[in-house]
Amino acid sequence: MKIAIASGKGGTGKTTVAVNLALSLQNAQLMDCDVEEPNCNLFLKREMEPITEVTSIIPEILEENCTYCKKCSEFCRFNAIATLPNKIMTFPALCHSCGGCMMVCPEGAIQECEIVTGIIRKSTTKDQNGPELYEGLLDIGQTMASPVIGEVKKYIDPTRTTIIDAPPGTACPVLTTLEDVDYCILVTEPTPFGLHDLKLAVEVARILKIPHGILINRSGSGDDSVEKYCADEGIEVLMKIPQDTRIARLYSEGIPFVEEMEEWKEKFMQLHNSIKDRYGKREEA
Amino acid sequence: MKQLVIISGKGGTGKTTITAAIASLAENSIIADCDVDAPNMHLLLEPKVIETFDFHGMDVANIDDEKCSGCNLCIENCNFNAIFPDHSINSCKCEGCGVCEYVCPENAITMVDNPSGTVFSSNTRYGPMVHAELFIGQEASGKLVTSVKEHAMSLAGENGSDLVIYDGPPGTGCPVIATITGADLALIVTEPSVSGIHDLERIIKVTDHFGIPAIVCINKYNINEENTKQIEISCEENGIVVAGKLPYDTIPNRAMIGKKTVIEYADNEFSENLKSIWRTVKAELDATS
Repeated sequence: MKIAIASGKGGTGKTTVAVNLALSLQNAQLMDCDVEEPNCNLFLKREMEPITEVTSIIPEILEENCTYCKKCSEFCRFNAIATLPNKIMTFPALCHSCGGCMMVCPEGAIQECEIVTGIIRKSTTKDQNGPELYEGLLDIGQTMASPVIGEVKKYIDPTRTTIIDAPPGTACPVLTTLEDVDYCILVTEPTPFGLHDLKLAVEVARILKIPHGILINRSGSGDDSVEKYCADEGIEVLMKIPQDTRIARLYSEGIPFVEEMEEWKEKFMQLHNSIKDRYGKREEA
Repeated sequence: MKQLVIISGKGGTGKTTITAAIASLAENSIIADCDVDAPNMHLLLEPKVIETFDFHGMDVANIDDEKCSGCNLCIENCNFNAIFPDHSINSCKCEGCGVCEYVCPENAITMVDNPSGTVFSSNTRYGPMVHAELFIGQEASGKLVTSVKEHAMSLAGENGSDLVIYDGPPGTGCPVIATITGADLALIVTEPSVSGIHDLERIIKVTDHFGIPAIVCINKYNINEENTKQIEISCEENGIVVAGKLPYDTIPNRAMIGKKTVIEYADNEFSENLKSIWRTVKAELDATS
């Protein structure tokens, strides 16, 4: 089954939860879909090998054929082409690769040019029971995260438990990540910022009709407004990870805390089993 | 008039806490919350909304069932897989490019206006503020950031402001690039964790790529002083000013619960360090041309 770890806000502990949960399970997959900042491997420290590049198609203008008729720049809704009386310019960073400009050009003056926007990597070292890690990495200066996320998700093995580390926010990259997952763990912290962004994340899960529960990280560091909200809305609080300087210190050093605090492995395993029993697909049983 | 952006690469490093504190120290400034996916600044500054503006993202395709002959040309030509097999539109995936409308031989497809958020112009106890709400599941958060910035700039012009302060989104992608475009200085907030260092390196590549001068502030520095040292050394090697360090403290959370900025909430090491960071930021801003 596919379990995504998400949160409206950044920095709530998504990666911590994803990595520690995946390490507590047997033979899981871990997909790092936070392609703008993939951080899972900072904790797993695996050897990674590139398996595929993510490319997109942008227009290349053959100026000798161009009559500066402006049809392409008028068609492009992303302002990625500008036509001057006798010059034409493209802005690849704005291009969404819809292909429209090539269709409308009457002179065949636009050809496809492939650019690399990101890369997918896979862990090579095979730990006995540790998770198999895949990560997507968006190239610096590129804006289109969703195609890189879509490519990472192609490597999901439907016969295994897959933990997906989602990006923060509520926009396109999150929706691409959460599409088709079976369950979503929403990580939050017990503060007004945490609560505000949790509400947005819950709304996303509800719109996408994904069963979801809450994990409160740094429990005890704020107030009880998150728990009150969950009680009022009938949302299950799955687990609480306390505000603990030992966990914070291990995090800062890049050490997954289940490795030093073994009792948490059992807790994460129970969390997974409880989700799987209730929301896992029958055929995987 | 200068434009200062506060960004971090990584989420949860304390951008909003620090932006709000700077807003309470800066004079004659405009505040803009560019983290349109998960805006939090309003929770501290409690803006009173004066004016609202509808935000229209990209148009989305609409298919007229009566006219559709089921030829599937739209599905075949859509590079975003935004059209379901029954010829309805997946509005979350539609990028609004108009290719389906162009290829449809039956003229069954039109691109329709898509209200996808709201921009607010408000007043706070520290001056005017522009913020926004993106409707859930809408595309175009980069475009909404640009709209927030345009409103902030025009407000700054009307008010004769010296500075516009932007609270940025996490990450390095579309909304971040929209936020930093045109800025005079980026204040990067980081923390001394392996993820903090990794994301700091990535965001510095982004500011370099777009030619935005950057300075760094290390939050929660005493959580891992070896890592803090490493950040300071690496910044020095790369000619990046470290504007200051802030200790790990419960004050930001307590101030947040009390809906105050940390400057208002307490007078201690944390707020003193922040005041000194602001002086450095201001000097760097004044030095930009």
